[in-house]
Amino acid sequence: MQSYRIKRINWTDLFMWLVGAALIALIVGGSYLTLQQGKYTAVQWFDLAVFGLAQGSVYALIALGYTLVYGILRMINFAHSEIFMSGAFIGYFAATGMQRSGFMQENPLLGIVIIFLTAMTTSAVLAILLERIAYRPLRGAPRLVPLITAIGASFFLQYTFRGLFGTQNRAYPEIEVIKGTVPLFGDFQIQKIQIIVIIAAAVMMAFLALFVQYTKTGKAMRAVSEDKSVAALMGIDVDAIIVRTFILGASLAGAAGVLYCFMFRIVTFYMGFIPGIKAFTAAVLGGIGNPPGAMLGGLFLGIFESLGPTLFLDGLGIPAPYQLKDVIAFTMLVMVLIFRPTGILGERLSRAKA
Amino acid sequence: MASILSATSVTKQFGGLTAVNNLNVEIPEQSISSIIGPNGAGKTTFFNCITGFYTPEMGEIYFRGNRIDGLRSDQVTRLGISRTYQNIRLFSNLTAIENIMVGYEPHLKTNWIDAVFHTPRYHQDEKAAHEEAIKLLRFVGLTGLGDQVARNLPYGAQRRLEIARALASKPGLLLLDEPTAGMNPHETIEMMHFIRNLRDSLGITILLVEHDMRLVMGISEQVTVLDFGEKIAEGTPKDIQSNPRVIEAYLGRGAATEGMAAAGEGASKRKTTH
Amino acid sequence: MTTTQNTFDWKRTLQFGLIGGLVGVLIAMVGMVEEFDKRDIIAGTLTMGWTLLFLTALVTGYFAAGTAKENRLFSIVSGVAASAIFAAVMSLLAWLVESFDMRQVLVNASPSLVKILTFEQGVPNGLLMLVGAGAAVGLLGSVIYILPDRIRKAVSIALGMVALIGLLQEIIQVSLASFEGASKALIWMFGKGTEKGLSVAGAIVVFVVVAGSNLLWDTNAPKVNAQFNKLPQNRRRSLRWLGYGILFLVIIYLPAVLGLYLTEVVNSTGLFILMGLGLNIVVGFAGLLDLGYVAFYAIGAYTVGVLTNFSGELTAHFGWNFWFALPVAVSLAVLAGVVLGIPVLNMRGDYLAIVTLGFGEIIRILALSDFLKPSIGGSQGIVNIPPPQFLGVLINNPQTLYYVIVAGAILALFISQRLRDSRLGRSWKALREDEDVAQAMGINLVATKLLAFATGAAFSGLSGSILAIKLGTIYPHSFALLISINVLALIIVGGMGSIPGVFVGGLLLAGMPELLREFAEYRLLIYGALLVVMMQVRPEGFWPEATHKRELRGVEAPAAEAQEA
Repeated sequence: MQSYRIKRINWTDLFMWLVGAALIALIVGGSYLTLQQGKYTAVQWFDLAVFGLAQGSVYALIALGYTLVYGILRMINFAHSEIFMSGAFIGYFAATGMQRSGFMQENPLLGIVIIFLTAMTTSAVLAILLERIAYRPLRGAPRLVPLITAIGASFFLQYTFRGLFGTQNRAYPEIEVIKGTVPLFGDFQIQKIQIIVIIAAAVMMAFLALFVQYTKTGKAMRAVSEDKSVAALMGIDVDAIIVRTFILGASLAGAAGVLYCFMFRIVTFYMGFIPGIKAFTAAVLGGIGNPPGAMLGGLFLGIFESLGPTLFLDGLGIPAPYQLKDVIAFTMLVMVLIFRPTGILGERLSRAKA
Repeated sequence: MASILSATSVTKQFGGLTAVNNLNVEIPEQSISSIIGPNGAGKTTFFNCITGFYTPEMGEIYFRGNRIDGLRSDQVTRLGISRTYQNIRLFSNLTAIENIMVGYEPHLKTNWIDAVFHTPRYHQDEKAAHEEAIKLLRFVGLTGLGDQVARNLPYGAQRRLEIARALASKPGLLLLDEPTAGMNPHETIEMMHFIRNLRDSLGITILLVEHDMRLVMGISEQVTVLDFGEKIAEGTPKDIQSNPRVIEAYLGRGAATEGMAAAGEGASKRKTTH
Repeated sequence: MTTTQNTFDWKRTLQFGLIGGLVGVLIAMVGMVEEFDKRDIIAGTLTMGWTLLFLTALVTGYFAAGTAKENRLFSIVSGVAASAIFAAVMSLLAWLVESFDMRQVLVNASPSLVKILTFEQGVPNGLLMLVGAGAAVGLLGSVIYILPDRIRKAVSIALGMVALIGLLQEIIQVSLASFEGASKALIWMFGKGTEKGLSVAGAIVVFVVVAGSNLLWDTNAPKVNAQFNKLPQNRRRSLRWLGYGILFLVIIYLPAVLGLYLTEVVNSTGLFILMGLGLNIVVGFAGLLDLGYVAFYAIGAYTVGVLTNFSGELTAHFGWNFWFALPVAVSLAVLAGVVLGIPVLNMRGDYLAIVTLGFGEIIRILALSDFLKPSIGGSQGIVNIPPPQFLGVLINNPQTLYYVIVAGAILALFISQRLRDSRLGRSWKALREDEDVAQAMGINLVATKLLAFATGAAFSGLSGSILAIKLGTIYPHSFALLISINVLALIIVGGMGSIPGVFVGGLLLAGMPELLREFAEYRLLIYGALLVVMMQVRPEGFWPEATHKRELRGVEAPAAEAQEA
């Protein structure tokens, strides 16, 4: 009997629970110390939180692309970060072009719409090509094969953009209408651009939710993600639906690219990598394959990452804690995958299916 | 006869669905026993509970007096239970011999140090594993195909190779999950002889999950019938064939026993997994 | 002529031509044509940049010729037309670049590109020449398509060899220099003076010799093999040992022949091969896609750095001897492999890839951070890592370091092979094929996976330790994700799970870019494309994993076969 008990103990799980407990202790203790020291004012916390929310909105938009494709093909489209980057890049050329010709100053709203359209179209076209050339021939191949392809495609796209458009960091043009801040009360204020990012992202996510829920394509997408062969038997053109899914995810990523540029005002060929991986984390956090989860995960990650380093680490006397924000995000990814691999909303999804 | 495996009130649930409900089964030593039942009756789920792939929510499973429910599947295998799969799951890029040698794993003692320094223990182990593999190849009639990559073997050979791989661990109890799935009547009869020969020459206990009634009734000494996760009958093939509950639940609405044995009927059902 | 195969499929011809054209435009616009134009394959005749376009045209013609399967005439017409279309697209590009200034956006749309594309003949004439040349190459491509298999193979290999020898002309010259007679006798084969590449005569000779010997070998190989197998056992064994003996001598004398620069190239390649052997265990044998592999490389290098550093800008001051630090470094890497392995035990495929990638980044960010700066130097890294001594010899130049790296690589090779042919190797492969079934066969997944991570980490840590003394300084930037991708590409191109494949991949993907500095710029672009193409065309790699023949040959046989590397 004794040996049966010992045999049933899972030592590696035990180890991970200990690690998890230590991390939670670190977070709680660090937060307590930081707040107790009172180095930061309420305004500073507020600014960080709003910044986090805006950043999180961008993550959420990118995360939707991962989640939509995963829902349908059960593969992680590693190159999605480059689709985001391509939108940002081509959007940048549209923006500088219009800025230089004076069009932007005369019709700022129309200009911004054009930037978005350019970026979203670029991303969508690239995603179509990617799906057609790299992924479609590999359907049904062992899982490592499309994954490696996606990694390869990611680097190919990244360095193609580097070759085409050069290695320098390009500064995004300043667009007058989205500069400045909006005062709230007291010392509290929000940057205009952050409001725009949050609202734009919210609108697009609402659009996506309605699209998936009510349109014919949206319904077909859900059917395909449930069971490809049955969907095909029902007369759904699976290939077409997959392409549309890629287009949808890519357009959102392209839009996210523009918003990201509005916020950070810099464009480079490697700008996709970190947001891409963060967005993936967000998708996992919310339960991959689950669009509302991706939105929630994105927002949560954005705020967590913005407040986290200061809140958890500053009080522990760690110098320059913001340098470690990516460490915090990655650690969260690992912890989520270990303790709740289905994500925040994943459970509900799987239960609904059963 | 003493029982080699005994399960008491085993229950396994998935979400709200109860796949196996309060199941009690005793498998006699050196017998050929079968578990039958309609699709989704919980047969394969029960197999998975025995082999440690699932942990039942309730109940206990004992194998030769050792409690095994909730152990990992490698621990269960080391105690002497091995299995085959409904839809053949060989290591498809490994050769037939390598497949069998992997099955011999529980009897190997070499660690990585032995492997790097080629200690006597390494040579001993490799030789034993290799000899066992050659022997089993011959036993299942695959001599000459040992260096073929498993995925290139014909279907019937793959089935037999899977059994050989399961035998390599020298199990006391062998679980066969639909060993005749996808076979024609002629091959089914061959398989039936093969299974009986297996038990007679190796003296192991065999537990089958099967759809093919002819096979089940032909070779089983004990038949357990499941329906919706519950045991509805147990006994010799004769008892089962005449049991009205079985006829109603499993054979369905007045169908005759002979009708079920027809290959065409079974084939469509076999493909669905549980 | 009623079957569809025999009608002229102009749509597909056009399609191939346009696809080829797009590829060509891409090659030109990312700057490869211009960058590679600085190097000659055939002195004064064919630059590497042109070779790239030439190859694109050739492939376009070849595939276009395939659209008309039966009819030779149609094949040739189709091939010529497609390649001409390709050339026309390139002409259009040249004309556009000439007429509009696009450099604000496309940095490589430069006048010098136009110069190259027009053979320096100016726009109208040069463009006509370009289309003409395209058609000619298309003719060649379609002729290659029509040739019988055997000859086609010989011709393709010979063309490849001409390109390869042209590319590697410098090394060949340098290596030949130590054999004065040979170098003088072969001087006519290469470009004169500072010119790079083969001479025209050299190229022709190489082509003819390679194609001829290939044909000869093809017809006679079975006979030679049969003869070898007919030899008595002991003769065969002694012949094999003779082979090993020659190999051993070559390895020993290589640095002396190669000189400093090339030995340095070999050293960098060797470190990559060492890492590749480790990752091959994790990815190739056990099927665990690890993208954070660089972490262990970093841990190895940093451990050696911290323990041997003598200048004292770090808080801890050890000042150890390298040979004491080395085992500690490898052990720490192993420990890290196990500790980082535990969380990912239950993850599969894509999740594993992303999480390990996250681990790699965590290690790099930590190395960069101010937080750990006092202990490991932060962004300034660690300088002043002393060169170690071995038996009184100071290991401070590539030629001495070479032996350390070779020793490391041989050790890793030996361990890889031994493990592969053991119970552990079989368990790894079973795991790769089907994790659940592997466990059901009695394999302890935790131990098996952790051993794979640990062994992989050990090789990587060893490689990193050697890197520390090779460079003498370490910066966090040496440990970017790109290293992991590089190693991954290397084993995939070589063949996952194949030990000789690691060497092939290492030579192709680590050695070549070191040698041809122009490549460095496009390294990752090419790797990315290579990964995508390999996965579609040849997922098993250039030198696929061998299946072991064991039924008849018995237990001892694989050991001999295993040493093919």
